[in-house]
Amino acid sequence: MEIPKSFLGYKRENGRAGTRNHVIILPVDDISNACAEAVANNIKGTIALPHSYGRLQFGADLELHFRTMIGTGCNPNVAAVIVIGIEPKWTKKIVDGIAKTGKPVEGFHIERTGDIGTTMKASKKAQEFVMWASEKQREECPLSDLWISVKCGESDTTSGLAANPTVGNLMDKLEPLGVHLCFGETSELTGAEQVCATRGATKEASDKFMKTWSSYNDFILKEATDDLSESQPTAGNIAGGLTTIEEKAFGNFQKIGNCKFIDVLEPAEEPTKGKGLYFMDTSSAAAECVTLQAAAGFNIHLFPTGQGNIVGNPIEPVVKLTANPLTVKGMGEHIDCDVSKILSREMNLSEAGDELIKTTLRVANGRLTCAEALGHREFVMTKLYRSA
Amino acid sequence: MATDIIIHDKKDNVGVVVIEKITPKQDCACWIMEDDSSTKIQSVDEIPLGHKIAMVDLKEGDTILKYGHDIGKVVKSIKKGEHVHVHNVKTKKW
Repeated sequence: MEIPKSFLGYKRENGRAGTRNHVIILPVDDISNACAEAVANNIKGTIALPHSYGRLQFGADLELHFRTMIGTGCNPNVAAVIVIGIEPKWTKKIVDGIAKTGKPVEGFHIERTGDIGTTMKASKKAQEFVMWASEKQREECPLSDLWISVKCGESDTTSGLAANPTVGNLMDKLEPLGVHLCFGETSELTGAEQVCATRGATKEASDKFMKTWSSYNDFILKEATDDLSESQPTAGNIAGGLTTIEEKAFGNFQKIGNCKFIDVLEPAEEPTKGKGLYFMDTSSAAAECVTLQAAAGFNIHLFPTGQGNIVGNPIEPVVKLTANPLTVKGMGEHIDCDVSKILSREMNLSEAGDELIKTTLRVANGRLTCAEALGHREFVMTKLYRSA
Repeated sequence: MATDIIIHDKKDNVGVVVIEKITPKQDCACWIMEDDSSTKIQSVDEIPLGHKIAMVDLKEGDTILKYGHDIGKVVKSIKKGEHVHVHNVKTKKW
């Protein structure tokens, strides 16, 4: 198949391109959710991104909070942002971070004004932003403007046999065309960590990966109250035939094809070494991982599943694929790309990779994903430790 | 011929059932992805889609190989054609 050289995206002020054109209402903290949701309810076409944190965090955990908030606002799938927080200082910090992209952003704080006054002021600005954004047109953008993140979920053995290698095939075909790629799931590489480390493009990248994995593994072993067999693999994984974390990890690892990763990113850290594959230190929980990848600037996500994970994200479209015919049959409304014919050998891996490229481009051009049509907007902040 | 079981790597001692289920004493067609070769096995147990079958006799302490890699240890001996899962295999990690 000849791979198209471009897609239709929204060009942004900072040179990036979006596959979506969202106007978001971003609460800085948990207690500003109500106001943010009131604004999104008033002004049609905006989305509020409620979440559970943002108060009394400190140190690396607070830095991650800001990085995720600012990164979400900066994502090229977002046209404009309203930031609402309880206090002016942290609100301003996030507004200033997003403003560096050149996109419209304005902050409002609730203290001394209250929810109702703030909702009124923020709604007026949100209306202005959404009407401005509604005139933006899709334009031809080079394929290299795609930043593709991947994560698998509710995996079973069909994931490792077919759905994950399909993603790997897409990576092998798109990497030479200059796209950015990202995989994560530190804990779910356990068992395959030594093999994964050999896939660093440089010794520095390999060493950084091993350091990141070891630190995560040490934390897991320290906190574990049992042998973790209850969580990894999950009950869903086991029902699907996965027996051990090692088996899951080698299946997971198929997603990167033959690509080598050029750097290891902190959670929600924007890649800065140019095109190519990056590893990000993330939880393997689906919504947390996708939220972090979106905050790092990735504008389309590929999500292979076995037993049928249904996750979505408010700003980064999540494309689902599966090779499990029972999942296609039972919950087809969640599946954007069916590659189950690999198992019956009616389709080979390269054909499946081509199918996935076609689906990815249709979604990049504007076709809604199943998760978008079904209203999946899971926005889940990663929290590193207890608040003060 | 239809494929009942797929094996990732020639070194693997387990295969994955890729039809809805196999029944006891079924003669199964196996496809080895790595070198596009074929083999056969007779099942002992009923094994559902996505679950593993032992391609050889395995004894306690043996290593299960899949993708050509170590994915865990045998904790209860397994006969060729039997179901391989959490009842007879455990992780070496935690």
